[in-house]
Amino acid sequence: MRTVIFRTIAPYLSALMVLFSVFVLLRGHNAPGGGFIGGLIAASAFAIFGIACGVAAVRRAIIFHPMALSAFGLFIAGLSGLPSLFLRQPFMTSQWWYIHAFGVEIPLSTPLIFDIGVYFVVVGAISSIALALEERESD
Amino acid sequence: MAVSSESVDISHAMVIAPVSPADWLIVAPSILTILGGAICLMSRKDTAAQPRIGVLFLMLLVFATGGLFLHVLDKGVVTMVMGRWLPPFGIAFTADLTGATLAFVASLVAFAAGVYGIVDVDGSGRRYGFYPFLLLLMTGVCGAFLTGDIFNLYVWFEVLLIASFGLLVLGNERAQLDGAVKYALLNIIATTLFLLATGLLYGLYGTLNMADIAIKTREFGIDGPMATIAVLYFLAFGMKAAAFPVNFWLPASYHTPRIVVSAVFAGLLTKVGIYALLRIFVVLMPEARFQLQDLIALVAIATMLTGVFGALAQTDVRRLFGYLVISGIGSMLAGLAIGTTPALAGTIFYAIHSIVVMTALYMAAGVMNAMGGSYSLRELGGLYAASPAFAAVFLVLAFAVAGLPPFSGFWPKVILVEAAITTGRVWIAASILVTGLLTSIAVGRVWIFAFWRGGPEGTPDGAAEPGALAAAPGLARPVVWLPLGVLLALVVFMGIVPEPMFQVTGRGATTMVDPIGYVRSVFGDSL
Repeated sequence: MRTVIFRTIAPYLSALMVLFSVFVLLRGHNAPGGGFIGGLIAASAFAIFGIACGVAAVRRAIIFHPMALSAFGLFIAGLSGLPSLFLRQPFMTSQWWYIHAFGVEIPLSTPLIFDIGVYFVVVGAISSIALALEERESD
Repeated sequence: MAVSSESVDISHAMVIAPVSPADWLIVAPSILTILGGAICLMSRKDTAAQPRIGVLFLMLLVFATGGLFLHVLDKGVVTMVMGRWLPPFGIAFTADLTGATLAFVASLVAFAAGVYGIVDVDGSGRRYGFYPFLLLLMTGVCGAFLTGDIFNLYVWFEVLLIASFGLLVLGNERAQLDGAVKYALLNIIATTLFLLATGLLYGLYGTLNMADIAIKTREFGIDGPMATIAVLYFLAFGMKAAAFPVNFWLPASYHTPRIVVSAVFAGLLTKVGIYALLRIFVVLMPEARFQLQDLIALVAIATMLTGVFGALAQTDVRRLFGYLVISGIGSMLAGLAIGTTPALAGTIFYAIHSIVVMTALYMAAGVMNAMGGSYSLRELGGLYAASPAFAAVFLVLAFAVAGLPPFSGFWPKVILVEAAITTGRVWIAASILVTGLLTSIAVGRVWIFAFWRGGPEGTPDGAAEPGALAAAPGLARPVVWLPLGVLLALVVFMGIVPEPMFQVTGRGATTMVDPIGYVRSVFGDSL
């Protein structure tokens, strides 16, 4: 698969897909999308990059081990349920903060943090499987 | 695009009353283990820090479940609905005394395993994630004991199943993969049956909340579809609990992983299945239990006897103990078959006893292997000469598992036999007694061969070679004695002072048989 065309295109394509995955993640609360789908898109970006340029390049690019990314996602998803403890509400009750910046209302919330956690769990889990499979093939 | 959440009044769909921080204890076990597991997983390259983080979080887990146990003992059934949505739409966590007690005992056992793992699990086992998997296994186990929603129960079963796959293959040996494939396949079938039954139940009643289902089954009775669902649940959880004849996965897999993993599995996994059976057939659909009781009794007797026969035939101590786990499951099912409040209390007591004693036995097997260099009864020998103190520890555990006084196994058997006789089920009583006798013979074999005989098979009577066992590495270190000592203390305590256990299990069984407190805790006092 390491043709010149593919190798030239793949980095741009992957970068675009990661950007799009973040977009899908953030619009997920009110429109189709969310952490799971966003994570899948990002994981496929890493898979494409891995097919084109080798697994070592992907591992260098994402710096952390995919399983560690996954664990980080699990960690912040777990934390996102905790703020309601201090407001005497049950676990996982959503909290909203509305921030006004540059004349736009930006709604931030604990579900968003949870969704970002899901995003990382999916990215980490799927890309660690994909990278392991690709590595086996190239050996 | 965004609808501000203030624009819709959803207050009548939500729990408005403030939640006391003490009620958070009910979700604390799951939160702590998830956070701890995530931290362990992020730092898994640092093999020196793994046991510290793991054991710290397991200790916090013991405090959380211990606190929850005291809270439930004090206040009765506790409920928390996730995200403030009113039940039955919000997912409820509901802890009654049975669930809280089992979660507490399970956490103690997991803590003991975490400490034992400091010695038993080497650098590569830590890198492959022993502590993250152990913590996430506890997420599943505690979640299953504390949830009040049947689909949520399914999710926790999946969590503990996936964590257990990871623990099983820790080390990547051929035998482990072989065991893991059988274990995974049969457990996935069981989980799928569970999911099927839950789907059908939802189709029938339109609710997944356990308290809600308990109301509806009492209202509508058990007709054709409901009976089908009940049988599906019995099959699914029977597989999980390793009931005869769907228990092939247990003897095929429990001897393959590291001994500390076997210890955790033997202590916890099958007991979660028993707990689910109790929850379904006592709280949710008591009438279905009444219809199925002859089948359950038959399965219980067959499980007890085949289990102990298997134990008698084995020469590998790990396999032998695996069959004893199965045989114990038979006794617990016997309590479910009898179905009176004392019998169910006996089942709960037996489950607690089995969690503690089976874990301790596998840990003792690990020490036997470290001292004698083998798990085979043909090659072991001379352990009494090597360490009389350890021989005494093993003897206590052997008495306990065989149900001999004055240790923890005696009392649940007394309750179960008494309950069987008072309800006229002489066959069940006879099977429990015969199983007890055969179990004493099975563990007696281990004692005679591994401890009394001077050396490996063929050593003449009276000959001993104490020098051969002098240098026992690894598991003979003092850190092993702490977890083994904690479990041993529990075994002795439950045997000599059974009164608190009688009260706790009796109250636990009463709340399950008459779930009005359970239902009121979820839906308020108006019901």
